[in-house]
Amino acid sequence: MPNKIMPLADAVARNVRDGQTIAMEGFTHLIPFAAGHEVIRQGRRNLKLIRMTPDILYDQLIGMGCATGLVFSWGGNPGVGSIHRFRDAIENGWPHALAIEEHSHADMAGRYQAGASGLPFSVLRGYVGSDLPKHNPNIRSITCPFTGEKLAATPAINPDVAIIHAQRADREGNVLITGIVGIQKECVLAAKAAIVTVEEIVDDLEAPMNGCFLPHWALAAVCEVPRGAHPSYAHGYYGRDNAFCKSWDAISRERDTFLEWMKKHVLGTKTHAEYMKSAGIA
Amino acid sequence: MSDYTPGEIMTIEAARRLENGTVCFVGIGMPSAAANLARLTHAPDVVLIYESGTIGAKPDVLPLSIGDGELAEHADTVVSVPEIFRYWLQGGRVDIGFLGAAQIDRFGNINTTVIGGEYAKPKVRLPGAGGAPEIASNAKEVWIIIKQSKRSFVSKLDFLTSVGHLDGGDSRAKSGARGKGPTAVITDLGVLVPDATTRELTLVALHPGITVEQAKAATGWELKVATQLATTKAPTDAELATLRDLHARTAQAHGTVSSE
Repeated sequence: MPNKIMPLADAVARNVRDGQTIAMEGFTHLIPFAAGHEVIRQGRRNLKLIRMTPDILYDQLIGMGCATGLVFSWGGNPGVGSIHRFRDAIENGWPHALAIEEHSHADMAGRYQAGASGLPFSVLRGYVGSDLPKHNPNIRSITCPFTGEKLAATPAINPDVAIIHAQRADREGNVLITGIVGIQKECVLAAKAAIVTVEEIVDDLEAPMNGCFLPHWALAAVCEVPRGAHPSYAHGYYGRDNAFCKSWDAISRERDTFLEWMKKHVLGTKTHAEYMKSAGIA
Repeated sequence: MSDYTPGEIMTIEAARRLENGTVCFVGIGMPSAAANLARLTHAPDVVLIYESGTIGAKPDVLPLSIGDGELAEHADTVVSVPEIFRYWLQGGRVDIGFLGAAQIDRFGNINTTVIGGEYAKPKVRLPGAGGAPEIASNAKEVWIIIKQSKRSFVSKLDFLTSVGHLDGGDSRAKSGARGKGPTAVITDLGVLVPDATTRELTLVALHPGITVEQAKAATGWELKVATQLATTKAPTDAELATLRDLHARTAQAHGTVSSE
């Protein structure tokens, strides 16, 4: 059995290629910032990015020109406001055009489930009366063969690569997620390959019998990256850095201040630890 | 009686309506403030569900994001995002879906997607749907809390994100949406409920000191007004103190300003 534990830079270099469909998940908890930054550092381009809640991390990827497509259901900086690079891409096509495919949360969750389940599509009681299907050809309808009811149908999501962050892994690369588990399990199991960054690697995972557990044999790479979810949080390790999330509004509002910050702190550093030091994050 | 702000009476009036024991699917922001105020005052057994998967959330401070650790910490249980939408919402276990919006029309349909321009090239890109389209069409009832102005109360939505009473009359029922749809819209000026037949939102109550003219001037269509117009009760000192304490705790915890 090959060892899945490796440095983050190696995991991204081995698994993430230009033009792929990449899903980075984490429902305001455990957002894989360090891994996303590594994708930016390695200069990946023409990515179709998927994420239910594109927030600061996807703002950075979009603003740095990594993405030409975005599939999502809610885009913003929670508790703060707009994400300006996302808006600039949609409203003005900067740094280049961004093709958006917009769904709802319930639908995105179902699409990942379908992907993880080996099904071609997801079905839900959704979008009734909404304008979203008029602008998204991937939102269609199906008639139930048993009741005749009309239901929404959308294609499964099967990303080339899923990227998530978790609290812990053991030395074999088995992963445990606790707290708000979001859509991570479905995202990983829907993907062709999955990279998981973790706060720490421990001898004994002490995984509860019904915990959110991802076995090493379902993953492509496991990387130890302490504080790898900052400025989001890792339950049991550190809280959300609300001050940083607030400061992002000013950093990202203008193109030049955004680029200057990203070049200095993300492109100008080699690891997450260096980045944290450079950006002055305590 | 203390002085209070329009935002405070809006939140307090919304909170008062939430009965103890109700299962409420809570949107972030103003709905969350009102729902937690209800829990901290007259409705200690209200069940608050957030789309991050927290069921029976009892946050000590208001969450800044829909997935703050504070929500998980004191919840009865934390489930995955697919489970919260599929089993608990779509499964028909939510009494009240409590939403905010950027725009609302006379039938309680709401927009959280784009303002102005075209969808592909909007003047203002809003965050988008989140959980709202399915909350609006699967909860037994929907409440909407929104500040009333000509910008928010519009004759035609720039985009219909989440369904209310659609085109009025029985159009919602025919659409396949479940539940009663919006049964109350609580604003900083008063309360609107849908007409029993046309389903058009009708002003049924004003907050103390607010006039019908003010409400009409803050509405982008010709506002229907009930013949028996009520006045909401001014906030009590206890309600205001609880709300202000909640906001003060929240601001201290997040290092940001919390209001409404």
